[in-house]
Amino acid sequence: MTMQDLVDLDAEGPAISPLKPGRGPATMAAVGPWRLMLGKLLRQKVAMAAGGVVLLLYLVGAFAEFLAPSSPDLSRPQYTYAPPQGLSLFAPTKDGGWDFNLHVKGYKVEIDPQALRRTFVVDDSKIVPVGFFVKGRPYKLWGLIPLDRHLIGPVNPNDPMYLLGADRLGRDLLSRLVYGTRVSMSIGLVGVAMSLVLGVVLGAVSGFYGGWVDMLIQRLIEVVSAMPTIPLWLGLAAAIPLSWSPLQVYFVITVIVSLLGWTGLAREVRGRFLALRGEDFVTAARLDGSGERRLIFRHILPSLTSHILAVVTLAVPTMIVAETSLSFLGIGLKPPVVSWGVLLQDAQSIRTVATAPWLLFWPGLAVVVAVLAFNFFGDGLRDAADPYES
Amino acid sequence: MDASDDVALSVRDLSLDFHLRTHILHAVRNVGFDLRRGRTLCLVGESGSGKSVTARALLRIVDKAGRITGGRILLRTEGRETDVAALDPRSRDIRAIRGRRIGLIFQEPMSSLSPVHSIGSQIVEAIRLHTALDRRQAKQRAIELLRQVEIPDPERMADRYTFEFSGGMRQRAMIAMALACDPDILIADEPTTALDVTTQAEILDLIKRLQVDRGMAMLLITHDIGVVAEVANDVAVMRFGRIVEQGPVDDIFHRAQHPYTRRLLASTAKLEAGGGKRAGAAAAGAPILSVRGLGKVYGDARRWLPGSGRYALRAVDDASFDLHPGESLGIVGESGSGKTTLGRLVLRIVEPSAGTVTYRDREGREVEVTGLGKRELRRFHREVRLVFQDPFSSLNPRMTVKDIIGDPLRVNGLAQGPALEAKVAGLMALVGLDPQAMERHPHAFSGGQRQRIGIARALALDPRIIIADEATSALDVSIRSQILDLLLELRARLGLSFLFISHDISVVRYFCDRVIVMHKGRIVETGDAEQICTRPREPYTQRLISAVPSPDPRRKRMLHRLRADDPPAVAARSGAGG
Repeated sequence: MTMQDLVDLDAEGPAISPLKPGRGPATMAAVGPWRLMLGKLLRQKVAMAAGGVVLLLYLVGAFAEFLAPSSPDLSRPQYTYAPPQGLSLFAPTKDGGWDFNLHVKGYKVEIDPQALRRTFVVDDSKIVPVGFFVKGRPYKLWGLIPLDRHLIGPVNPNDPMYLLGADRLGRDLLSRLVYGTRVSMSIGLVGVAMSLVLGVVLGAVSGFYGGWVDMLIQRLIEVVSAMPTIPLWLGLAAAIPLSWSPLQVYFVITVIVSLLGWTGLAREVRGRFLALRGEDFVTAARLDGSGERRLIFRHILPSLTSHILAVVTLAVPTMIVAETSLSFLGIGLKPPVVSWGVLLQDAQSIRTVATAPWLLFWPGLAVVVAVLAFNFFGDGLRDAADPYES
Repeated sequence: MDASDDVALSVRDLSLDFHLRTHILHAVRNVGFDLRRGRTLCLVGESGSGKSVTARALLRIVDKAGRITGGRILLRTEGRETDVAALDPRSRDIRAIRGRRIGLIFQEPMSSLSPVHSIGSQIVEAIRLHTALDRRQAKQRAIELLRQVEIPDPERMADRYTFEFSGGMRQRAMIAMALACDPDILIADEPTTALDVTTQAEILDLIKRLQVDRGMAMLLITHDIGVVAEVANDVAVMRFGRIVEQGPVDDIFHRAQHPYTRRLLASTAKLEAGGGKRAGAAAAGAPILSVRGLGKVYGDARRWLPGSGRYALRAVDDASFDLHPGESLGIVGESGSGKTTLGRLVLRIVEPSAGTVTYRDREGREVEVTGLGKRELRRFHREVRLVFQDPFSSLNPRMTVKDIIGDPLRVNGLAQGPALEAKVAGLMALVGLDPQAMERHPHAFSGGQRQRIGIARALALDPRIIIADEATSALDVSIRSQILDLLLELRARLGLSFLFISHDISVVRYFCDRVIVMHKGRIVETGDAEQICTRPREPYTQRLISAVPSPDPRRKRMLHRLRADDPPAVAARSGAGG
């Protein structure tokens, strides 16, 4: 065998045609694990769409003051249970023609002579012009920037505009829903952040050390998961003093929700640790002289971060649902604070649902959309979490 | 090649593509061969050569991503000719062929047999799918088949479950199932790769005999040149999806045309010839490592209930040996012999139950390893390093190569920043890697390159002893000899001593000065490598050595091997069976 033969042999490789020009395994070679994971995630259409929805919801929460047409607390007794108005593009002009004029129709109140009940009837003659970036109630964005423009609103601030209807006190449901997004979505994040710390630390300790430590933590997890959640929540929430400010209550509620939510995460992390602890590369690091802290934080945890991210994403909706149910039962957040759960509280009686179904429909839809979006996105993340599987 | 009567299956211009995420892999390219009745064709190639995919294409059981893009697979049985390539992979026609006309034996007998059905019922099912036999007749036939594959007491064994069978017995049951409907063609996909060498010899023997007796055509897929030489009539050598050369076995082995075939044979023959470059003054001076009476018992430890200690497993029992400076000591044995545990006991990754390990450090002081505290054990681990078997799981996929090789240096505070980078570059150059690739992650490297990274990591702390635990078994034969040569070169250059654990006799013979043979936790024989490999004294070693396939079809060894029940191998020494 000559040298020339050998060179020819090694120059040959497996036969490959790239799907797109310029992209082959060679270009993937220099890429790190996070890029691989992102690439895998980007290929999942449903997960990306769901991720878009999640992002949108957080943007809505972040810019609630600007996006809401009105204030969530502004009550107008004359518009109690006013039904949703439709947005129209064209309005008749004075000379009988039609012209572009974004508007909603005003209301006329009629009294049903038999039931003596007030009903709202759309009054075609009253036209409430609506505009974008209109001047409205002044507010401070994020408590810092003083502004008075709203994305959409009636040109005359005193005109009624209820795109999603009004509640018992004549407050605008759309504005309340927008403000509720902020509270409900953030309570999910804050709650998960707290369970993340608990879950990762206890799960890592449990899985890494094993033995009686593991035994103890696992039994603790079982005890916590065995507790009936609703009575426990009821008990804890009932212990919150009435004199506390809404902010304090909000904080305590997140703690309560997360105290019960960490167990699943801890189990997941423990399982991963148990599997990785026996891997050759961990043994190798141990033989290299790495201490336990370095083994956990430098060698094992980085292999888990993508999994943890996926689990966390899947845990957020549980938190959202937990907050919603707590508030719905009246033991979570309380009225001056607006959350989806608080909004649903208004839809508790069947009479309200019969007269104003939008009070049930829109907040309920918001919860369902948020939970589904998180779940789809989390599933996608989980599939992408291990970039080295084919 | 004419389509004469004895051709049972002919493949013409077969091409198969895999549509992967980023690219199309042409796994099989214009492959053509004939399977003749009563003859064995060996499809040989290294990993990724497309040999298994080719075999699976014959039964149309390729993964979803794979598509046949051209060619014909002509099956000639019962006077009819069927083009398997044109059939729908889920049609009734192809199912009538699978198992009935073509039998298949997989590599991993554990995962290809159902764990929840008895062996007998699985064979009965295979029979009843294709024949009109009733349940009782089928059971009768299943027992008869088990008898043919030499499973003792087949009536009783038919009612046993997979986990009650040993690896070799499972493979026998798998063969019985493949033969259940008298197929005309038998495809065996690496049938003995997962088995020990003595079991491998028995299974190959059995397959070959059944194939000749029944006049079947056989396609045997393997990466092992020795197996090819032992059983093949014809050979086809595959590389990167193409058959580079095919012909009768003697022509391939003694008049190979293609340079790749010649290289493949040369790397096998090199190992077989033995005698890598020996480091001259071995066995000189006081031993660097002395092991006395080392043992590990599992399941024995202080039980609450008296008498439950009966189930203790002696993984390593009373092992004693010396490792001299500059020496390579091989530890060979079959799976379960305790060789890996022995290596881990020396490092105290596994805590020994009994015995001592004495290490003589650079200043000549004797260190008693079994009594070391955490801090001193760290110092010991700097001087005695481990190279792992699996080049994939032993490197952290989230770290760059620079971090992996540099980690021991950083942890021990030996280098930082640019100095660390320079040191890593030096180590990479030392093991034959391009230092420019140090920012890459392990997945960008091939198996052989990854093993080089593992070796560089072991060398980073300037060790004196390297324990190589099956360091070359996961590699292809040509890569294997490259890695062995690298280790030999490093040994001479850095004055290393090696504890070389392997199940592969030829690798040990090539690399080691002295050899320890282990069997069921005990050391059965210790001696010079050449002597052990050519003139073993102990009956167990004789059986082991004689079962190793010879990579030369003119000197078939396996058929003349010594068996456990042969007269010369006196069944005494039962002490070896702990």
